[in-house]
Amino acid sequence: MEEELQLVAFTIDHEEFAVDILQVQEIEKIIHITRVPRSPNSLEGVINLRGEVIPVINLRKRLKLPLKANEDNNKIVIVKVNDLTVGIIVDGVSEVVRLKKDMIESSPGLVENIEVNYIKGVGKLGERLLILLDLPVILELDKQNDQTAYQEVHDGF
Amino acid sequence: MDMNQYIEIFTEEAKEHLQNLNSCLLSLEKKPSDVTPLDEIFRSAHTLKGMSATMGFEKMAELTHLMENVLSKLRAGEEKVTSYVMDILFQCLDVLEQMVHTIVFGTGDDLSIADLTISLKQIEEGKQNLPSVQQAREEIAATSACQVQGENETFYLQNCDEFEELVFNDYEKFLIISAIAKGYATFRLRINFDESCLMKVARAFMVFRNIEEVGEIIKSVPPVQEIEDEKFDNSFEIVLISKETEQKLRHVINSIAEVNLGYAKIISISNIQDISMNKAIGDVASEEKSTANNNNGKGLNRKSKAMQTVRVDIERLDNLMNLVGELVISKTRLEQISSASQLAELTETIEHIDLITSDLQAVVMKVRMVPLEQVFNRFPRMIRDLARDLNKKVNLVIKGEDTELDRTVIDEIGDPLVHLLRNSIDHGIESPEIRVNKGKSEEATLRLEAWYEGNNVVIEVEDDGQGIDVAVIKNKAIEKGVITKAEVEQMDELGIINLIFRSGFTTANKITDVSGRGVGLDAVRTKIDSLNGFVGVETLPGRGSKFTIKLPLTLAIIQALLVQVGLETYAIPLSSIDETTHLNRENIKQIQGQEVMLLRGNVLPLIRLDKFLGAPDSNKNSDDYYVVVVRKGNRQAGLIVDSLIGQQDIVIKTLGKLLNGIPGFSGATILGNGHVALILDIGSLI
Repeated sequence: MEEELQLVAFTIDHEEFAVDILQVQEIEKIIHITRVPRSPNSLEGVINLRGEVIPVINLRKRLKLPLKANEDNNKIVIVKVNDLTVGIIVDGVSEVVRLKKDMIESSPGLVENIEVNYIKGVGKLGERLLILLDLPVILELDKQNDQTAYQEVHDGF
Repeated sequence: MDMNQYIEIFTEEAKEHLQNLNSCLLSLEKKPSDVTPLDEIFRSAHTLKGMSATMGFEKMAELTHLMENVLSKLRAGEEKVTSYVMDILFQCLDVLEQMVHTIVFGTGDDLSIADLTISLKQIEEGKQNLPSVQQAREEIAATSACQVQGENETFYLQNCDEFEELVFNDYEKFLIISAIAKGYATFRLRINFDESCLMKVARAFMVFRNIEEVGEIIKSVPPVQEIEDEKFDNSFEIVLISKETEQKLRHVINSIAEVNLGYAKIISISNIQDISMNKAIGDVASEEKSTANNNNGKGLNRKSKAMQTVRVDIERLDNLMNLVGELVISKTRLEQISSASQLAELTETIEHIDLITSDLQAVVMKVRMVPLEQVFNRFPRMIRDLARDLNKKVNLVIKGEDTELDRTVIDEIGDPLVHLLRNSIDHGIESPEIRVNKGKSEEATLRLEAWYEGNNVVIEVEDDGQGIDVAVIKNKAIEKGVITKAEVEQMDELGIINLIFRSGFTTANKITDVSGRGVGLDAVRTKIDSLNGFVGVETLPGRGSKFTIKLPLTLAIIQALLVQVGLETYAIPLSSIDETTHLNRENIKQIQGQEVMLLRGNVLPLIRLDKFLGAPDSNKNSDDYYVVVVRKGNRQAGLIVDSLIGQQDIVIKTLGKLLNGIPGFSGATILGNGHVALILDIGSLI
């Protein structure tokens, strides 16, 4: 029997992304996000998720996609990776898709404008292309790609 | 049965008992004539033995059993409490502590206890004055003329060739050799039972009883336990040290019905036999346990604890605390709604809820409280050892050990206190000779005291040693590059003394085991800071020094001032706020590019929070500012904020792994409206 993956697909800036459904804890409406000064740039802030303080990542900044103010119909996908619970802001969540493993190409050559490291593979679902995100890599906020992060701090003085 | 689930409970309890043993032994050592602590020691050792045997930690059980034997002799007055006995008992505790430690890490209790076993046995048998283990070993080596090659001792005992060989362990070997040296004979006896014998166990018991009258049984095959369980065929063997002749022995044994002596051979030393040390010791362990069962009824008068307690996983308490936190947040929210709606009934109900939640909060906090005793307990032993190592005489006075602190604080406070105490003994307290020359008493007094002060607990470590020499600190600080000469000149005495908390500072020229690495006091400061506490020092040259630690009672819920910066709300812990004040733009002065204000004649540096936080939409055009005067240690600063919202109980939430290490914030809290507000970390701000 062929192995099948269940993925949660969502859109950001007309691109379709997907993460393993096992990594997704829940999907929340956009709620008040508290900015965290002097934090990495792609960290949007923190939210109150039923009493827990959870950091929220702006994937647009992380993936260097065009920036856009958050809208009411945006969603926060709460993912849990390596005991780390993090929210990801997305434009919208499309659906849960099943994808056969052999429909996933590891070569990320298909996607030009996104950092290769962040992509685990590209899944083909009919005409659609799903970009499978490598969450553990994306959540490493302190890496070089975020050098813009501390600029704010210096601007502050 | 899977014991893993009990390991945690076991180790916790074992630690408690070890602690108890430690403190009782110390009081015994102080007053050897007073044997009342012995009962307590005995009970703890006995409980430990039972616990470890149940859990299958045989070595631990064996060691505690041997300790118990010695202790019962001491209690009965058959042996004297000498410093040698105390040292051995303390060594046992150290080994037991190590065992508990290794058990925690899942590696069992596999530590070598051979030497201690022998020492304990010697004491038990009233042979305190006998050569030490090391000497005994040498003796063994000499008498038996065997080759000694480091640890790989080979040892030979001649066994009766026609029968299977007996394996002897170190201790047994030692016994046999000392027996031979004293002219006793060692017999290997085979006891046969009649085929028709029905009650073999009873017969075996009689055999043991009768034989013990004429000699000392040092080994049996199979072990006594198995014999008791009737796990033998129609015969077993024992090794006996006795003065009597073979004939006499034969008579003693044959006098029991249905039993006869198969053979009695004298064991001598000649044949080579490799001995696996560990296996041999394992054998003794099981054997010893069984003898323990023989001495039944001994020391079983365990006092039952009067207190009724429940052991609860700290995680559950954290959960409970979180829930109460949630309740506090919701309550605050209700208060806001009610003040907007002006409904008298609602206000009344909320006031009631307010009462209940604060009671609940107090109760939950109380549940999490642990007396400082838990931390202080280990100090007397530590001080004893340390004072001995450094040849100093120290009298440790502990007061206020019943002062309670939150469990999380208790877990963290131990190390800093160890540093301070060690520091006092190493640097502060002089050697007895110098003290006498200075006209002080030979024995120094080291005082450790704790008490409540408002919502804080104060812990003081005070010695009557030589105090801190400001000039020495000054020179050392410059020498070590902690500070420049120019900077030092501007400092007052207190400031200079506080340099000892800087990293890299040490006055010791030699790095010793105890101190001199220059991390001690710096580490203390860092740790106390992380606990939202404060540490300071006072000193009188020649008279002594006093370190004071001030800690909040709890870390979970604190009082904070909420302030508005731009559109954002931040919380400042009340514990670091001195006062709040107004400030007009005209009164802001500049000193070397730093904005300052005058507060009752003192210069106060100002920090504009909106700039520091990069807060948007700050009210920059106003001429009036609010200033929150904050303090960390002896540094003070004024934080300029847009407005003050008010004082509130806030529940501290961690920012999580991802955000840890972002400077300026010590955590977050959830406000009444459900939004998250960040808590400013004053220490990293000023």
